[in-house]
Amino acid sequence: MNQFINKNLYGDYGDKEQATGASGTHNTAGEWPLWEVFIRSKAGLDHKHAGSLHAADAQMAIENARDVYTRRMEGVSIWVVESKNIHASDPYEAASMYEPANDKVYRHPTFYNLPDELKHM
Amino acid sequence: MTVHSFQEHFDAKIDNEVMIEPRDWMPDDYRKTLIRQISQHAHSEIVGMLPEGNWITRAPSLRRKAVLLAKVQDEGGHGLYLYSAAETLGITRDEMFDQLHTGKAKYSSIFNYPTLTWADIGAIGWLVDGAAIMNQVPLCRTSYGPYARAMVRVCKEESFHQRQGFEIMMTLANGTDVQKKMAQDALNRWWWPSIMMFGPNDADSPHTAQSMRWRIKRFTNDELRQKFIDVTVEQARLIGLTVPDPDLKWNEERGHYDFGPINWDEFWNVVKGNGPCNKERLDARKKAWEEGAWVREAALAHSEKRKARKENKEVKAA
Ligand SMILES: [Fe+2]
Ligand SMILES: [Fe+2]
Repeated sequence: MNQFINKNLYGDYGDKEQATGASGTHNTAGEWPLWEVFIRSKAGLDHKHAGSLHAADAQMAIENARDVYTRRMEGVSIWVVESKNIHASDPYEAASMYEPANDKVYRHPTFYNLPDELKHM
Repeated sequence: MTVHSFQEHFDAKIDNEVMIEPRDWMPDDYRKTLIRQISQHAHSEIVGMLPEGNWITRAPSLRRKAVLLAKVQDEGGHGLYLYSAAETLGITRDEMFDQLHTGKAKYSSIFNYPTLTWADIGAIGWLVDGAAIMNQVPLCRTSYGPYARAMVRVCKEESFHQRQGFEIMMTLANGTDVQKKMAQDALNRWWWPSIMMFGPNDADSPHTAQSMRWRIKRFTNDELRQKFIDVTVEQARLIGLTVPDPDLKWNEERGHYDFGPINWDEFWNVVKGNGPCNKERLDARKKAWEEGAWVREAALAHSEKRKARKENKEVKAA
């Protein structure tokens, strides 16, 4: 199992080093590091992943993110984080990872069968 | 899990319209096809800036100049969205640039034609961006997540590109005789290359069936081409321009326009590098890349120096 996963890590965000390190064929030495960009579209909303870009440092990443991802006022705030610092869950463990939530329908309000006459609840 | 069950799992996802994400298992050929298609697409956006950039300083008014600048900047953005989508598949940015500069990777042949007059900027927005939109809208539902998300962003921005181009053509077509002639001349030169943008006929497009199976593509080249011709012919009529195809005729039975034969020799000739501007475009890209090398190196050195200085300070403070 492990060997398949290693073979198929195609450089997802954050695990780029691991992915490229394993195959050893990609040389990113001269490249500016990769950054993930998160944008808050307006006050009151969460920052949401918008995409990625290359920049030499955080300041340049923010400036580039403005030019690349907010040309039409898509944002009021930008977060950038170097992609190598993001850690992701393993898609092959998704089944077991999210299994505990699977059989707990009683966590949803619709689980409870209450009379129609009941108001404000 | 065996390779076999990985494959089954992948096929089931495709069949059920579940998007494939970067860390999911995928067949090697699916990955290769995507890398080829997405990087070609990115190269097209970047090289596509050149013919239009040619007219930024010569735009006829401040309004047209501002619009053209914004459009060209958008195309640069499209290239960047797409390059980073391709990078999630395990190819680096520099590898893609290298493939472009060495001629290993292709870009859309349409950008190997010259922009001779201001009307060409109108024709490009109307026809070239119009054809691109036809291609790109279905790609918003393509099966690879990062590509689909990039395309959603691109499509949102494309519609102004086409509208500003049509507005230029409309203005010229309603102008003096000379202006009208200029618009017609641009349409005459850009029509067939635009039709060819959809690629070879389905019968000569070996990858189409597999790409449709993988839901990378949603429509075939010929389907998209027909759609484009049907809507564009009506648009030309609206501004009194004539599509340069004597065989163009509404076919009641098919519910589509019939059109004349496409000069595929010209198409393949331009693909192979013999178009009017192939060399010029590639040289411009290589020049930009080479002359920008010192900037890339300096920025990296600067950031490393700053990092070291900061670490030094922290050590001292501790
Ligand atoms: Fe574009
Ligand atoms: Fe465009």
